[in-house]
Amino acid sequence: MKQIRNFSIIAHIDHGKSTLADRLIQYAGLVDQRQFRDQILDTMDIERERGITIKSNTVTLPYTNKKGEEFDLNLIDTPGHVDFSYEVSRALASCEGVLLLIDAAQGVQAQTLANMYAAVEQDLTLIPVINKIDLPSADIERVKEEIETDLGLDSESALLCSAKEGIGIEEILEAITERIPSPKGSLDAPFTALIFDAHYDPFRGTIISCRVFNGSVHAGDMIRLMSNGATYLVEEVGFFRLTREPRKELSAGEVGFIIAGIKTVSDTRIGDTITLETNPAPAPLHGFKEVKPVVFSSIYPISSEDYQSLSDALEKYKLNDAALVYQKDSSAALGQGFRCGYLGLLHLEIVQERLEREYNQSIIMTVPSVQYRYHLKDGETVVVDNPQYYPDPMTIDSSEEPFIRATILIPDTYLGNIMNLCRERRGLNPQMHYPTPGRVELKYDLPLAEVIFDFYDKLKSLTRGYGSFDYELIAYRESDLVKLDILVNSEKVDALSLMVHRDRARARAVQICDRLKDEIPRQMFKIPIQGAIGGAIIARSTISAFRKDVTAKCYGGDITRKRKLLEKQKKGKQRMKMVGAVEIPQSAFVAVLKTDTD
Amino acid sequence: MINDSCAGLYLHVPFCLSKCPYCDFYSHTDLSLIPQWIAALEKEVDLYKGRFSSFDTLYLGGGSPSRLSEDQIETLVEMIQSRFHFDSCSEITIEANPNDLNPAKLKKFRELDINRISLGVQSFDEKELLFLKRRHTVTDAEKTINWIREAGFKNIGIDLVYSLPGQAREQWLDNLNKALAFQPEHLSCYQLTIARGTLFWGMKKMGRLQPISEVDEEGFFLTTSKFLEDHGYIHYEISNFAREETYFSKHNQKYWQRRPYLGLGPSAHSFQGNRRWWNVRSVKKYCQALEEGRSPIEGQEELTEEQVRLEMISLGLRTRAGLDLSCLGEKQEMKKMLPRLVENGWMSISDNHLIPTLKGFLVADRLPLFFD
Repeated sequence: MKQIRNFSIIAHIDHGKSTLADRLIQYAGLVDQRQFRDQILDTMDIERERGITIKSNTVTLPYTNKKGEEFDLNLIDTPGHVDFSYEVSRALASCEGVLLLIDAAQGVQAQTLANMYAAVEQDLTLIPVINKIDLPSADIERVKEEIETDLGLDSESALLCSAKEGIGIEEILEAITERIPSPKGSLDAPFTALIFDAHYDPFRGTIISCRVFNGSVHAGDMIRLMSNGATYLVEEVGFFRLTREPRKELSAGEVGFIIAGIKTVSDTRIGDTITLETNPAPAPLHGFKEVKPVVFSSIYPISSEDYQSLSDALEKYKLNDAALVYQKDSSAALGQGFRCGYLGLLHLEIVQERLEREYNQSIIMTVPSVQYRYHLKDGETVVVDNPQYYPDPMTIDSSEEPFIRATILIPDTYLGNIMNLCRERRGLNPQMHYPTPGRVELKYDLPLAEVIFDFYDKLKSLTRGYGSFDYELIAYRESDLVKLDILVNSEKVDALSLMVHRDRARARAVQICDRLKDEIPRQMFKIPIQGAIGGAIIARSTISAFRKDVTAKCYGGDITRKRKLLEKQKKGKQRMKMVGAVEIPQSAFVAVLKTDTD
Repeated sequence: MINDSCAGLYLHVPFCLSKCPYCDFYSHTDLSLIPQWIAALEKEVDLYKGRFSSFDTLYLGGGSPSRLSEDQIETLVEMIQSRFHFDSCSEITIEANPNDLNPAKLKKFRELDINRISLGVQSFDEKELLFLKRRHTVTDAEKTINWIREAGFKNIGIDLVYSLPGQAREQWLDNLNKALAFQPEHLSCYQLTIARGTLFWGMKKMGRLQPISEVDEEGFFLTTSKFLEDHGYIHYEISNFAREETYFSKHNQKYWQRRPYLGLGPSAHSFQGNRRWWNVRSVKKYCQALEEGRSPIEGQEELTEEQVRLEMISLGLRTRAGLDLSCLGEKQEMKKMLPRLVENGWMSISDNHLIPTLKGFLVADRLPLFFD
């Protein structure tokens, strides 16, 4: 019988996870050269365009080792960006071991550390792999030293490879079969499987990705979802081999999918345990801890008639992205919508793009906010993540905002730049130490609100891509907060309001007014844009009106050309939101999210 | 055959001695292709035999139709008049460049029943003519206009272009005064548009041509309208003025009023029923197709109800006659913006018509976006 190994690749972003996954898939002969394309597990367009992995993906690789033993190797690809560490932890719950991939030129980075700790917490076997050894800037000895000092691992156990050049792939596959333990669990115990992912198929209902811990499941079995007791008849089970490959059964230790005609989207919960109706398990598996969103923003349909459609889309989307939380919301300017919680700003952008591309929604997103606490004079404490519910300033006794402890790893030449950045972002309690010569580990307490926008981008650009960053929430701290309102054509656009630290309010207001001036197209009348705190205007810009917009000639009899231009403009207009008399394009709401352009 | 009693016929003569740097109409500078083109045109004419019941306008445009020899023009006009039926009081226009004309040629035009000349003067200022790379002088233009009058033409249109880089308001008014001295029945005043594919477009991209500001364009436009209306002209379309309603360009109005028209020659556009179609934009491909017995049509479209409405709105709002409110259909949605459009002074409603104001003319390309 085939043996099973469940493993995942974890790494800092850009250290080559997807490329290594590509090579492993090719080595296993799952695709021939002709069908192959890079980033093969990244099925979403958005992943390919951005060159990142957002979703964990699963694939079963058949492999026969040098001793002639046959294996099914279940590879669970994981995202690398700090926003998606939740996806990583879910993937890890289905594994017995991980490949810890480290770039031979960049060495150990902040996410390498964070991912390693997550793996260690789950008692997984770690196989360090040094990738990109073909690079001229590769410094294998230095990276080995970092593996010893930063990670506390035995650098002798590290494997060397170049995923790009296909060097060292077989050694990795051998190490997986030798070092990673086979999954525990008993075929005879009652069936238990952990749901670690799901997505909705309009024809087949929910397709559940799961890891079986005990027992087995076949088509025709009656399964029960333990959190709510819902039961369904299994239609099909199988493995993922780039496409779904049906099997007779899924049994202990295996990773695969279950299709059971689940049309009620909300029945499937990531982290839930599946068991059998006839012989149920006494207790559910240890799930994952609930993720806590840290960034909040509302989503509105561009056309209010599309509210229901957006609601359906979100429900289905949520199946595939358990980290998104949402509830109903409404705005004077934008109508009915949803307040959503995200893991970070990249997550927010991904949600927006996926809702548009995969679910055909035209949406507007409001300015993101963190969760603030207000202690009111009457002794009550309110938690607010939506500027709309900002309490009356007269009633506020004190306010608090969430702080994070940031860990930043940079080459020491950039130390000055990064310390400036942190100071500018109201960073406190700096600490630094030099883990290896030439590299600094910098720790700062920073307000989360200052980090969610573009801190990571800034860090990257200030360090020419060499800086890395990870953070954990530490505490709420007292802060002098005000609500900044944005008025477009003298009308307050509640969707653009935000809460900011008083010292940063004016700079932020000026920035937003300038941004909006560039983003809102000129219209038939002059449009003032103002930033205000309470009744006081603190920033202002003006969009001038069209003085003239008419073509002198109608191109002889070529009316088609003229009309097509109008049709294009009309289409563009449909992607704008009417706020009062002003058309605001979706891009304007997004542009406000980004801070400096430089 | 569809009974369209008042169709227009446009003949595109796609030849010029040289390309003007602002013009984006299709033309070719190899005049040796003319005989081949005339032969092909005859074949195209045959394709439409019986497709239009009758015409009341013929428009020889281009390109430079006046560049053709007297014989060639005679061949063309007779070819068309023998194959198609024209009303007795048809408007027959030829576009002409000042230095292409002479008294003998004009006499020929009269014999061929051509009764309207649209003269591409463009400017009465030598420096401006040089900038526009026109091949005539101010004196050429003035002399030609006198010849046209002497030949007995009762309907002259003069084309001018304004809002030139660096042009002063007085300079432009001087141009208009010089034109008015000839009491033209019709004036087309086009603000300079820098179109893709022209020499000016390239110069602008390279920073060698600085278009005037939008505020100045607005000023020029308003000044022009006021000046000509004060001198008794009717501003009946964005860029067109006429001394009396009878001198409105009957042919061009067909485009704006969505009447049927047949366009012959390379790049010409046609419209009949709900169908629009257009020919290839290449003399060579045009000739080749017809020589091989194929149609020179490059594309066509069947308009949806919504497209028809959009055209009615966008074209109607370019003219002083405006838009019949019934064109907007029954849906209240279409009319919800009307009060705002009137309130802002872009249009007025009278006699069940939506009439663009002068201020409305200035933003006529945006007005259709308010209806949906």
